[in-house]
Amino acid sequence: MTGHTLGWAMVAAVLVAGCGDKPQQKGDNLVVLIGQASPLTGPQAHLGKDNENGARLALDEINVAGLTLGGKKVVLELKSEDDAADPKTATTVAQKLVDEGVAGVIGHLNSGATIPASKIYSDNGVPQISPSATAVAYTAAGFKTAYRVMTNDAQQGSVLGNYAVTKLGAKRIAIIDDRTAYGQGLADEVEKAAKAAGGLVVAREYTSDRSTDFMAILTSIKGKAPNLVFFGGMDPQAAPMIKQMKQLGLQAKFLGGDGAQTPKLIELAGADAEGALASNPGLPLDAMPGGSAFKAKFEAKYGKIQNYSPYAYDAMHVLIEAMKRADSSDPAKYLAELPKTDHQGVTGRIRFDTKGDITGGAVTLYQVKDGKWQTLETVQSGK
Amino acid sequence: MSSVLKLHQSQPRWVIFGLLALGLALLPFLVDVGLGRSWVRLLDLALLYVMLALGLNIVVGYAGLLDLGYVAFYALGAYVYAWLASPHFGLHLPFWAILPLGAALAGLFGVLLGTPTLRLRGDYLAIVTLGFGEIIRIFLNNLNAPINITNGPQGINLIDPVRLGNVSLSQPHELLGFTFTGVHLTYYLFLLLTLAVIFISMRLEDSRIGRAWVAIREDEVAAAATGINTRNLKLLAFAMGATFGGLAGGLFASFQGFISPESFNLMESIMILCMIVLGGMGHIPGVIFGALLLTLLPEALRYTGDWQRNLFGQIYVDPADLRMLLFGLALVAVMLYRPAGLIPSARRRQEFADAKG
Amino acid sequence: MDIFLQQLINGLVLGSVYALVALGYTMVYGILELINFAHGEITMMGAMVALSVIGALALAAPGLPGVLVLGAGLVVAIPVCMALGLLIERVAYRPLRHAPRLAPLITAIGVSIILQNIAMLIWGKQYIPFPAVLPEGRHEVLGAHITDVQIAILLLTMSIMIMLVLVVMKTRLGRAMRATAQSRQVASLMGVDVNGVIAATFVIGSALAAVAGVMVSAYYGLAHYYMGFLLGLKAFSAAVLGGIGNLGGAMLGGLLLGLIESFGAGYIGDLTGGFLGSHYQDVFAFFVLIAVLVFRPSGLLGARIVERA
Repeated sequence: MTGHTLGWAMVAAVLVAGCGDKPQQKGDNLVVLIGQASPLTGPQAHLGKDNENGARLALDEINVAGLTLGGKKVVLELKSEDDAADPKTATTVAQKLVDEGVAGVIGHLNSGATIPASKIYSDNGVPQISPSATAVAYTAAGFKTAYRVMTNDAQQGSVLGNYAVTKLGAKRIAIIDDRTAYGQGLADEVEKAAKAAGGLVVAREYTSDRSTDFMAILTSIKGKAPNLVFFGGMDPQAAPMIKQMKQLGLQAKFLGGDGAQTPKLIELAGADAEGALASNPGLPLDAMPGGSAFKAKFEAKYGKIQNYSPYAYDAMHVLIEAMKRADSSDPAKYLAELPKTDHQGVTGRIRFDTKGDITGGAVTLYQVKDGKWQTLETVQSGK
Repeated sequence: MSSVLKLHQSQPRWVIFGLLALGLALLPFLVDVGLGRSWVRLLDLALLYVMLALGLNIVVGYAGLLDLGYVAFYALGAYVYAWLASPHFGLHLPFWAILPLGAALAGLFGVLLGTPTLRLRGDYLAIVTLGFGEIIRIFLNNLNAPINITNGPQGINLIDPVRLGNVSLSQPHELLGFTFTGVHLTYYLFLLLTLAVIFISMRLEDSRIGRAWVAIREDEVAAAATGINTRNLKLLAFAMGATFGGLAGGLFASFQGFISPESFNLMESIMILCMIVLGGMGHIPGVIFGALLLTLLPEALRYTGDWQRNLFGQIYVDPADLRMLLFGLALVAVMLYRPAGLIPSARRRQEFADAKG
Repeated sequence: MDIFLQQLINGLVLGSVYALVALGYTMVYGILELINFAHGEITMMGAMVALSVIGALALAAPGLPGVLVLGAGLVVAIPVCMALGLLIERVAYRPLRHAPRLAPLITAIGVSIILQNIAMLIWGKQYIPFPAVLPEGRHEVLGAHITDVQIAILLLTMSIMIMLVLVVMKTRLGRAMRATAQSRQVASLMGVDVNGVIAATFVIGSALAAVAGVMVSAYYGLAHYYMGFLLGLKAFSAAVLGGIGNLGGAMLGGLLLGLIESFGAGYIGDLTGGFLGSHYQDVFAFFVLIAVLVFRPSGLLGARIVERA
């Protein structure tokens, strides 16, 4: 019995352990909390921090300019949480933000974290704008609280598939994906669009996000003589894939999505990267309407822009403008204003369709030339 | 272990039992007030892991069969729930019908995995179960074509929450002047099922079956020689463990509302294994302790990130990385210095001590 | 035909890598009956260390010939891995030699996690490019392509294999190893330093792992802290397939697994009309593993033993 008692006592100790303190409330002004959720630890911490900074920059500017809702002076406060890019942690974090009484959320960064979290925001009626989640499933769930200011995978995929056939003149296309939600989703959209544009998909092959050996599938693809190989996946796979295409003497263009349009790809693939094509949703920073001004402001405060901070910045503005139109920070009141958004932001004009996706999201194509990504052109989706 | 349950024996146990029950009933409210509601959610998750760990404990702790593919059963339970209660197939069966179904299917797969591997022991079994777990995950990840069964890597979204009558466990409800939020109600459901799992585990441990498992674990040949039907008992261990895994999987699906194959990777199996190894294999309080510790530890480790930022102005070691490193070190250290776990059972400790001699 | 030949080359090169790593598993298992889960991670460590050396050298002395730079990487990586293997054996396995079987297996998993995370802390989470120091010679044979690196991998694996067989069959150490594998107790009674033999086994296995790690990262052009895990798992499957504890078996198993994966991923999609495809590539490996363990637990070349415990 003694051993058991000790055992149960330790169980109980763990249960009550870790008594922390509750977040303090400020009472002087009307404080409105805005949540921000992204990975602040782990391999994507730099991207998560970038989102946080973008949102914070917008929030600080609005506070400085002064905000009055319902006749009261309002001070916005950012509640930033770390979702570690993990679906389970994301739901915990979402619950935490809801409990703290945030009026709206900017986030999350990854689709994998955004999708399960969106259910919690929806259950509690908290509007959410993701600056960077691209999976179709996020807005397809039909939650009234879910919005995004980033071109989604379907939009990007349809542009890519169409571009491959009409602009790059690829009649015979091989498609590979890495069996992740991102890679498979994008590849399926590319396949659809390529077929619709009159292209022939000669091979559909698969790999994993851990693999580095693509010799077998590339050899099989080579036997079908494609003009273009599309890969839905990330740079650590895209780079060796490009190298192995060269090794096998596979004479086809390489096209990737935003997972491949990274400096890392060039670093990993070296000279073989030359000529590789890839896309990224949205405009390049220097082509954004407010790009250079944003860059100056942002870099003076936080240093180099990583990727999505302009989108987080715009998302914050979109959210607060809806509050202004409703003259309230009560989600129940200003949620109805979000669909009416027509915001001229840093990243371009932002309007939402009925699902909460951005209308006519832009996709930019890039090519590696002289060891650098060069902009080819920007295409509007949905045309 | 039955000591807590044999209530007629003495008066003080009633008191202890009553206090424990009251404490468990009030716990979500205490946690809510003390730490915030997200910790109640974490508590729900911790209960889920207690169930999983107790399930694996039957296979590894009682019967001594090292199973590295346990997460496969968890996944099966989750997918059965998702198939029968989501827009994916347009089915919305009630949870009390699906949970047993998912658990039963997982149990069936447990037997299916068990049958061909009966001859294998130790490390060979570990590798085969690991392979089995990966195969299940790969199939779940790829069965979106030619027929869309699992929706592939996109996972299944909008899974129904548990509903009791017209009370949904994802919305807050008023009762007797108290507001019970979804996470609170979920806590009580999970607690109830966890207690059931604990009860079954306790009864099994003390039964003929439990003693036979221990005999198999300690010496299979000798066990068979004493007339124990080792084949059936090993299959039963697999089936029981898998059933609990399937049950926890179903609850996970309803709790999260979204599942995808990436939630059921090998690391998850190893995590659950860590729980029972650290806590104490084959010992229920130990296993519960291990499950609670490892579920709540990452949250606690998050604060190390803040400390580092405050102390050094930047984060040197990512808390998420620290966690895995600590797990690895803990696994080795526990095996070397406390092989029977942090809260060992008397018998298990003896076993390891004998082996050393 | 050229496609078939190409798949054959792909499979043989992949298989050689598996075989080299499998040798380490099979040696340790043969002597200790322990799956050294951390063996894959030693491969990764070898690659990482060599990569650091090669990177530094390529910066410091840009004119050096590629083979020399690669050699320098190996010269550093091999002793580091040997030391690592020795350390792991001493700290994590030796104290548990008489513990229940579950115990060393769990420490092996623990060591594997520790090594991965240490590598992640030192070299980061990103994939690291392997500096392009080697000539990219490419030859065409009957429509199929083979590169210098691929030829080097095939030749190196063959020669290491032959050397290893010579060591085990012809030297004093080899005899001691075989004796220890048969019975640790009897061997020690005959005056064999059993602890020394076991340590030597780990050292040799780790050296092979280092070579394999460098080969893999040079071949694919990158390295990553996680690269050892799946490689280790595949290599272990190869060792089991061939008959664990048997050097020739590891070689045969490795090559067979490489070929199965290559032809499987290459042809199954077309053969089944797209019903099964290359997404099941890893399933083939695991399926073969399970099938072999269930129907012929001793592997293709292993002795028939009633029960592997």
